Amino acid sequence: MKEIKVLGTGCTKCKNTVTVIEQVAADKNIAINLEKIEDPAKIMTYAVMSTPAVVVNGKVVHKGSVPSADDVATWL
Amino acid sequence: MFQVFTDLADWLVFSVFNLSAQTKLGDALHFFVEDVSKIFVLLVVMIYVIALLRASLNIEAVRDYLAGKHRGIGYLLGSSFGAITPFCSCSSIPVFLGFTSAGIPVGITMAFLITSPLINEVAILLLMSLLGWKFTLIYILVGMTIGILGGFFLDAIKAERWLQSFAAQALKQGQQQLNDNHTPNEKLPSLQKLTLKERHQFAKSEAKDIFLRVWKWVFIGVGLGAALHGFVPAGWLQQHLGAGQWWSVPAAVFLGIPLYSNATGVIPVMESLLTNGLPIGTTLAFCMSTVAASFPEFILLKQVMQWRLLAVFFAMLLVAFTLVGWVFNFLTPYF
Repeated sequence: MKEIKVLGTGCTKCKNTVTVIEQVAADKNIAINLEKIEDPAKIMTYAVMSTPAVVVNGKVVHKGSVPSADDVATWL
Repeated sequence: MFQVFTDLADWLVFSVFNLSAQTKLGDALHFFVEDVSKIFVLLVVMIYVIALLRASLNIEAVRDYLAGKHRGIGYLLGSSFGAITPFCSCSSIPVFLGFTSAGIPVGITMAFLITSPLINEVAILLLMSLLGWKFTLIYILVGMTIGILGGFFLDAIKAERWLQSFAAQALKQGQQQLNDNHTPNEKLPSLQKLTLKERHQFAKSEAKDIFLRVWKWVFIGVGLGAALHGFVPAGWLQQHLGAGQWWSVPAAVFLGIPLYSNATGVIPVMESLLTNGLPIGTTLAFCMSTVAASFPEFILLKQVMQWRLLAVFFAMLLVAFTLVGWVFNFLTPYF
């Protein structure tokens, strides 16, 4: 099961990112372990400066915007 | 070039609604339709075109460039990049920490973060088309000066003492690293290579994003303008809230705090206030306070700053905006 983390300090875009990922995973019937990280100290450890960012299995795959459903599909 | 919007308003208000230009309502509505349609079109076109051009400038490149810069030039550079770098206020904490952990002094980081909401390219173009280049130039100079002096002041009082401990720790480590391999980055921020399609994607989502965020502010701003235009006698504002009333500037600054908008949204408000005779200094003070001093921003900054620094920062902005207001009101007769 893929470990997916959404990094963001709690703005609308970050919430939308979580929604998109949940949606795509549900559509494709893939079980994922999705976690939202809002603690700035933890976000800092990923060296990300524009949020929302998406981390898949410990690797930053996207940052700075809400990903498209197509993008999300390639990560799952 | 803007005649088409006047025609649209003529048609809608005088023909469709059958109102006379002589009535207050007709006059106000005409003003509203003309301005809202003009600003909406300008906004969408400008945001798209500008986003297309600056899609490749990213914040990581700016950080690498600023790391290890001498403080004197650092404030100026921090403030300049703040003006041109695309960035949403929900990213201010990651940006703050990214800069800090690269060893960039707090003052330079804050010069960036203060200037960033005040000045952006869309705001500049909107200002030019609504209020003229002279006012635009003044606005840019004032915004950057506040960023530069603010950053300088925060370093002068050693603001890093009052960071949250994990942020202070990150700053220390970053500066240690800079000292160890002392090779300041001389290159200008390198740009990402993007295809035209990626640029278009970025520009399209920017235009949509920003438009959805600011359209209601355009409505409020122009609506306020239309109401002033149609119903408040010319000269009333000037007489009651003019440059002669010293207290109107701090009052405008305080009024701006609970209001929160980005610079693009507040410009129509500025236009309507200015054309209705509110002095330039009072208008600037009100709008800068609306854009740069807001509760959501402070709640965010609380995550990396202790109360003490937050209070100093807040007070500094309020004093700066009030001074700007007074100075401009005082100088206006000499322009």
